[in-house]
Amino acid sequence: MRTAAGALRRGLTFWRRSIQARVVLSTVVLSAVVFGAVGWFLLQQTRAGLLDDRVKAVVAEAATETGDAEKRLAGVPGTEFDPDRQKSQLVKPIIERGQTRGFSVILSGPAGPDAAGLAAGGTIASPDLDLGSVPARLEEHFRQDSTTSWTYTRISYLDGTNRPDEPGIVVGSRVQLPADGQSYTIYYLFPLAQEQQTLDLVARALLTAGALLLVLMGAVTWLVTQQVVTPIRLARRVAERLAAGQLEERLRVAGDDDIARLGTSFNQMATNLQRQIRQLEELSRVQRRFVSDVSHELRTPLTTVRMASDVLHDAREKFDPATARSAELLQTELDRFEHLLSDLLEISRFDAGAAVLETDDVNLVDVAHRVVDVTRVLAEQRGIRVVVQSPHGPCLAEADVRRVERIVRNLVTNAIDHAESHDIVVLVAGDAHSAAIAVRDYGVGLAPGESAMVFNRFWRADPARARTTGGTGLGLSISLEDTHLHGGWLQAWGQPGAGAQFRLTLPRRVGGPLRQSPLPLVPSDAGLSRAAESAS
Amino acid sequence: MTQPEHSGPLNPKGRVLVVDDDASLAEMLSIVLRQEGFDSRVCPRGDLALAEFRDYRPDVLLLDLMLPGKDGIDVCKEIRAESGVPIVMLTAKGDTVDVVVGLESGADDYVVKPFKPKELVARIRARVRRLDAPSPETLTIGDLSIDVAGHSVSRAGSSISLTPLEFDLLVCLARKPWQVFTREVLLEQVWGYRHAADTRLVNVHVQRLRSKVEHDPENPEIVLTVRGVGYKAGVA
Repeated sequence: MRTAAGALRRGLTFWRRSIQARVVLSTVVLSAVVFGAVGWFLLQQTRAGLLDDRVKAVVAEAATETGDAEKRLAGVPGTEFDPDRQKSQLVKPIIERGQTRGFSVILSGPAGPDAAGLAAGGTIASPDLDLGSVPARLEEHFRQDSTTSWTYTRISYLDGTNRPDEPGIVVGSRVQLPADGQSYTIYYLFPLAQEQQTLDLVARALLTAGALLLVLMGAVTWLVTQQVVTPIRLARRVAERLAAGQLEERLRVAGDDDIARLGTSFNQMATNLQRQIRQLEELSRVQRRFVSDVSHELRTPLTTVRMASDVLHDAREKFDPATARSAELLQTELDRFEHLLSDLLEISRFDAGAAVLETDDVNLVDVAHRVVDVTRVLAEQRGIRVVVQSPHGPCLAEADVRRVERIVRNLVTNAIDHAESHDIVVLVAGDAHSAAIAVRDYGVGLAPGESAMVFNRFWRADPARARTTGGTGLGLSISLEDTHLHGGWLQAWGQPGAGAQFRLTLPRRVGGPLRQSPLPLVPSDAGLSRAAESAS
Repeated sequence: MTQPEHSGPLNPKGRVLVVDDDASLAEMLSIVLRQEGFDSRVCPRGDLALAEFRDYRPDVLLLDLMLPGKDGIDVCKEIRAESGVPIVMLTAKGDTVDVVVGLESGADDYVVKPFKPKELVARIRARVRRLDAPSPETLTIGDLSIDVAGHSVSRAGSSISLTPLEFDLLVCLARKPWQVFTREVLLEQVWGYRHAADTRLVNVHVQRLRSKVEHDPENPEIVLTVRGVGYKAGVA
């Protein structure tokens, strides 16, 4: 059952995929319909021709026999009054001649409007013949009419004779018997076996010819489509290889026909694509180079400034208040400048596609604890507690630990920035396909529509709001790029007044499929805090 | 170009050779190092670095990677070929292959520009600080015997030359052969970092150490990798 279904499915797939199969099959089916129509028409024509000739001959023969019989009756002396003897005298020679020439004869009883049918008896017939071979229609004709008439019938024979039924023609004529002056009908039944044989032969010949032609059509179509389909299949394979990055692949072009021109165009397209890709690669390389050069050129003087500022900062007690404050400002703004520069360089590295993963098995629980340790000082300054809620076991994912830590650090510092002295919860969870870390705060939250915008570069929820933790406005954008590099998700949820939750989901294996996250994006206490808010 | 009038103690904590072509940065480095009690000398060209090194005999070398005359990587290889003196690279590209190439060519550590002066000084101190008075101690790891006080490692009587950092790494592993060391722990114990820094430092130096002490570096027997955790010493 299953194998049958499988075979059916494979067959359907083959049908869907193979132009060749479809073209060959439809050609064969259409040809079969046309051949059938033509064959049927030929057969009808042959049959009509054969039967017309036969009917003419048969009617003529019947007329001759009847004429002979009438002559014989005319030669009988008028003293003969026994109609039965006369009837048999009339019919016997015809029956005998019929036996030698292959037709059967029936002489029916006296005719008239009230005459009984053949079945009523009083008939003389060729031996073995079943009287039912004469159709009732013809009998009916002779009740009203006396003209010679004919019709097709099926001649049947008596059961004991073992002669099969056969198609035939029955001709009826009227004779008048001098003995009683009544009219009798003689039915001549001529079999059409010969014609049937001829027709069968013609039909067989037509069928054989048709079948052979169909096979031929199928073969021809297959050959023709093969010639078209083969280059197409080759082109498909080359296109697949091109798509897989083998840009040097080209079609072999032979000749000058349509297929060859298709090949030439295809190759031109491939060449253009290759050139464009090379250009893009070159651009990307130049861009990377530029980023790297800018990085170097900016960093060396910045290092000097940084060190000079440090020296001034350390010695600020010896300065007058204005100069001392200037040294402090110089120091903090240099920190900001440094962050901004490194974030900008990081972003431009992503834009250039120059960022690469260095993956290892990373335990997200460890990452969460490390990040909480690193951000503890910052959190304590705001009176915020950062709590990690994690399962007992590790939550492993194949990831770049530096990038994952940076993502989580960005999320936590962002939460500290917006938590408004409420605690922050870092949730960690994992399942068979993914591991996730979520950072939940109970601060200002996000307005509707903002959860998508938070990842935009330099986006601010409230432009008037001061940045206090020295964020550059690029942290979440970089986090999102880092997440994409892992093939993961970084999503935000928030409600005004109910806080926000940022969730990072990473596949267990880099490039692995990601269908769901082990942590909900909308936290379970989202409704609660809103209820609490509305109650208060 | 020794500094006779430094503000630190008269007996300097150590001598630092700064090889950097950026005059301002080099001068600033000298100022900071002097404040921290180090003696220093500046060499602005890569091709002069080796001669300067031989002349000055520093305790630590600060080496920029992009230098006129000769590439920093080559300078690093040359100096490493004749001395195990700690080398700290100054690089503007902390996340590129440059770092790995630099470490593989023999540098012990690196700092990424722009660095904080205190961070740099901490690194230099970590490199200059030697175990004050090592007790006479002999360790064995695999078929190696280590004389901790004499700073020498030998296999079957013939000695193997290791840089001080490689020696510290080996001693750290050999002292607790039953323990698996994570890269973070090694960074703290050998390099002296409080916070996790770049674990590539450990990877590269383990490779370098293996290339010197293993029979077949592809199938290590002295320094074993514990997948997903870190490293441990081979069975003695």
